[in-house]
Amino acid sequence: MTEYTLAELENIANKLRLHVVEMTYAARSGHPGGSLSAADMMSALYFSFMKHDPKNPSWEDRDRFVLSKGHVAPVLYAALAESGYFPVEDLLSLRKIGSKLQGHPVCGKVPGVEMSTGSLGQGLSMACGIALAGKMDGKDYKTICMLGDGELQEGQNWEAAMFAKQYGLTNLIAIVDRNRLQITGDTEKAVGLEPLPEKWKAFGWNVIIIDGHNMRQILEALDKAANARTRPTVIIMKTIKGKGVSFMENNAGFHGKACNDEEQAIAVDELRAVIQ
Amino acid sequence: MTGEKLAQRNYYGKALAELAATNPNVVVIDADLAGSTKTSDFQKVCPERFVEVGIAEANMIGIAAGLAASGKTVFASTFGVFATGRCWEQVRLAVAYPKTNVKIVATHCGISVGEDGASHQALEDMAIMRALPNMVVVAPADAYEAFAATKVLAAYDGPAYMRMGRADFPTILDENVEFVIGKATVLVEGSDVTIVGCGQMVSSCLEAAERLMAEGISAEVINMSTIKPLDRETLIESVSKTGCCVTAEEHSIIGGLGSAVAEALCDTTCVPLERVGTKDTFGESGKPDDLMQKYGLTTADIVEAAKKSISRK
Repeated sequence: MTEYTLAELENIANKLRLHVVEMTYAARSGHPGGSLSAADMMSALYFSFMKHDPKNPSWEDRDRFVLSKGHVAPVLYAALAESGYFPVEDLLSLRKIGSKLQGHPVCGKVPGVEMSTGSLGQGLSMACGIALAGKMDGKDYKTICMLGDGELQEGQNWEAAMFAKQYGLTNLIAIVDRNRLQITGDTEKAVGLEPLPEKWKAFGWNVIIIDGHNMRQILEALDKAANARTRPTVIIMKTIKGKGVSFMENNAGFHGKACNDEEQAIAVDELRAVIQ
Repeated sequence: MTGEKLAQRNYYGKALAELAATNPNVVVIDADLAGSTKTSDFQKVCPERFVEVGIAEANMIGIAAGLAASGKTVFASTFGVFATGRCWEQVRLAVAYPKTNVKIVATHCGISVGEDGASHQALEDMAIMRALPNMVVVAPADAYEAFAATKVLAAYDGPAYMRMGRADFPTILDENVEFVIGKATVLVEGSDVTIVGCGQMVSSCLEAAERLMAEGISAEVINMSTIKPLDRETLIESVSKTGCCVTAEEHSIIGGLGSAVAEALCDTTCVPLERVGTKDTFGESGKPDDLMQKYGLTTADIVEAAKKSISRK
């Protein structure tokens, strides 16, 4: 696998962002905000950290990725297409009738999608099952689960968190995209999550807090998580919802809305300007 | 006609324990009720493939789906109310939609749960599982069929729900009964009325047929142990001969066997149908037999329904 530099991984993240904006614009719907906040991590996972083979999606030793916040399917599809799981041209079929690229990810339909998600709060349980199977089978693959922050209001996550600790799932890495915005606005004004690191610590997890737009910090955190000895690890990455498109940044309005024609022109210009 | 009284869950546990030795892919998962669901029989012989999730059914289904996606054949068990209602949307997203190889096997279904009362009496479980695409729904007639069905479900690659009762009740089938998903069995041939039962109501259906026979009425009895996919062929062939039908289930008449049969008849051969089951009501605490009587789930209720169905021809 190609070894990418930090700058190259950042560049790939911006390419994923451009795909997200173009896909959701073509679909006239979808969830760009949380896709853009997660883009740097997705680049790090698919182009540096994860062991995977786009030509053999069911390779039994591959690392597994579960997108619990399934609504950011666009950034997952973009990462899969750029990795070579399917043609990049397919991305524009997002959300269209007959397309494999459903509004929320479906396993079995898209190569590289491990689990069907979209109803929030369920991915971490699924990831626990995958990680547990790995332990049972003596495999050393990692299971990575990306969660939204608002999603942590779902109680099932905490059932899964207790389970992961109990079963010593050191092969499980949870990533929380802490962009602080949910549909109704500030997570802390809806039902507050803080003190979030202390919650995970109390549930028996290693906690790593990073800037989710700093590629060096992302890679270091993943490396540290991969070497966990006794506990599962959560990486809480502080991010900006809508990162990379000026008018989407920190704007809950773009949680689940695509650009109009005028906005699209600006978004594409801004992203193209930073892509090498 | 009926044999000794046995609990289905004991035979479920027995089948799982055998699978532990013969099928290395089988993983069993339970939510703090292993002693009651009898998955403890598997745990005893195969602790390394038994997973205790604690009192967390939603989490259990997600974990089951993750295990299944990693090549395991997963049996997930708890009481019927919690196995279906508590985590229905998890079953929908993680099991039914992606067709993961998870068997949800519930015990303590029906009103004969008894003293625990309505909170623990699953009377809607078949309805809500049957509504899910890709889901097979099974209600074996006795302990022997529960044993056979467990083995068959282990070999079937896909989602399934199986319901069982809590109590011991009469065995009616052969110890070596063969179970085939989607295949009903005609237990008694008759010409005046078709009585279709599932679960422990099948033994009452057989008793009802005997009583009707004593009154000169010839009833055909069908064990519809798979509610979905329904064996329409066997059903239609029977009602084409008898001209009327009765269903009997320890479940609400809304959404379960009665509804499945009504749908099939509606689509094909409209004949009078009477449904024996709970009548859109919750149960309550009490002795199982008293509850079966109070809620209209006895042999006498089936006999009466048969006569009514015949009178509507």
